[in-house]
Amino acid sequence: MKICVLVKEVPDAAVEKRMDPSTKRLDRSGEKNLNPFDTHAIEAAMQIKEGGKADIEEVVAVTMGPESAVRALHKAVSLGADRSVHLTDDALAVSDVCATGYALAQVLKQEQPDLVLLGQQSDDGECYTIGAVVADHLQMPSLTQVIKMDAEGGKLRCERQAEYGYDTVEVELPAVISVGDAINEPRYPSLKAIMGAKKKPLDTKSTGDAEIDTSRVGSEGKRTAVLAINPPPEKEAGQIIEDEDTGETVEKIVAWLDERKLLA
Amino acid sequence: MSGILTYVLHYQGEFNKNSLGAVTEAGKLAKELGGEAAAVVVGEGDDLTDDLCASLGKYGATKVYRARGPEGLAQPVVDVMAKVIEENGYDYALFGGGLLGFEIGAGLTARLNAGVTMEVTEVKVQDGKLVADRPILQDSAIAEVDYVGTPGIIIGRLNAFEMAESGDGAASVEDVEVELSDWSTKARMIERGEQRGADVNIEDADILVAGGRGLGKAEGFQLCEDLADALGGAVAATRAVVDAGWYPYAAQIGQTGKTVAPKLYLAAGISGAIQHKVGMQSSENIVAINKDPNAPIFEFSDLGIVGDLNKILPKLTEAVKAKKGG
Repeated sequence: MKICVLVKEVPDAAVEKRMDPSTKRLDRSGEKNLNPFDTHAIEAAMQIKEGGKADIEEVVAVTMGPESAVRALHKAVSLGADRSVHLTDDALAVSDVCATGYALAQVLKQEQPDLVLLGQQSDDGECYTIGAVVADHLQMPSLTQVIKMDAEGGKLRCERQAEYGYDTVEVELPAVISVGDAINEPRYPSLKAIMGAKKKPLDTKSTGDAEIDTSRVGSEGKRTAVLAINPPPEKEAGQIIEDEDTGETVEKIVAWLDERKLLA
Repeated sequence: MSGILTYVLHYQGEFNKNSLGAVTEAGKLAKELGGEAAAVVVGEGDDLTDDLCASLGKYGATKVYRARGPEGLAQPVVDVMAKVIEENGYDYALFGGGLLGFEIGAGLTARLNAGVTMEVTEVKVQDGKLVADRPILQDSAIAEVDYVGTPGIIIGRLNAFEMAESGDGAASVEDVEVELSDWSTKARMIERGEQRGADVNIEDADILVAGGRGLGKAEGFQLCEDLADALGGAVAATRAVVDAGWYPYAAQIGQTGKTVAPKLYLAAGISGAIQHKVGMQSSENIVAINKDPNAPIFEFSDLGIVGDLNKILPKLTEAVKAKKGG
């Protein structure tokens, strides 16, 4: 069995994100890291591999992005992926969700995985959606926001929180599953794994290599248009107390609550 | 005709509140566009009666497409909606906040090569087209987005669209036969809507003390319970701690939990991720205690305390008791 994990490089959570006013896109310069949700997807793949209930031949990390995105792949490999595939092409820049899902699916068609895993959301934009877009292109069953997953006998037993409580769903492989951060605690890469990451096979693909119709991606393929970026509605800033003397802090909180008749 | 199609989720014979919000929104927007709003329902039981389906007319749907298929899974609905859109030419598909809406909307995006916007908080009509407001970058900016070609897919944020009866009459109900895609039948619901942990009522409380990961461990909730007792309120929790098994699911606030608007919401050790914020931002007074001065919750709290909740909560409980007793 083969698992592909979709990963993405996102601005580091500690770095303030901003929009580039000229392109109306996220400014992707500055410190970047592997999307934290994707580390849970890699860990999920490793746990299936090490769990012994399914025979996993390889775990392949796949990303789409500019040259710098290769760092996300190195991180993925240091966390246990056997090799990686980097889809990169100028024609893919500014692809929207529709185009990104299509392009990733084209790469996955060549890899023919039995299971595609990804993080359920990325801090910088596409929430919850990419997995379901990719799944429809691949004509595979799909489930998102999964918090527990067991693989056995060509099937996955998945749990997630849905509208009315916890759902348990059985999914036949091949399938596309996006995972939430409650699914596991990702491991830390060993120093040896970090050092060795750059030596693992990395396959770089252009749109031509992946047989991507370039009229469906990038600026040409855009199905949405950003008209403007506006500031959010003004909200009066709340009062902030730094707790230095807890007795004093608590007095202030009680006075604040009392003023608003919340202690009646 | 410029029509808007929505999906309405149901469970045990009742429609979902967020779905009804989407129907209300679609009805309003369709009138402005000079078109009609329609709804798709999919189920396998006999609870989707003619009367129940027709009642969607009250919220602004003129037509309801009813199809047979498994419940609680997205891909069968994608098959149904794709067919209804292709045969009837709807220009937009609109979804209320909720997990299935994200999945169905994303599936349709792929199937119909359509533009999609997620977490939409507002939809406007501009020059005969819909424009979606989509908050980005942790809500620090709002992108105004329109669609290139049709259909356009709009996935709302939880509680973005409020349900309201529009005074319209019953909707017409049409049964549609849809052959499900092979891959849509490969996921099977084993158990739906399982409740985990004790049944607690947080929706009627005027005061909620909510705990998050910052409590450190399950036992940390004792601090919240003590304070809630002193204040005469109830205890709520974030998704992270519910999934970790620290507190019952029935107390969960946010995207996949409950939506509350108490007089006081006191958040202890909660960072304030958007998925949590959407479930409590309408609270009258928000107090947050967090040791991280950069926690997003301080951006929408009325009173923020940067400090160690293990030190502050016990003293606050004592002070509240003293004040109320005196």
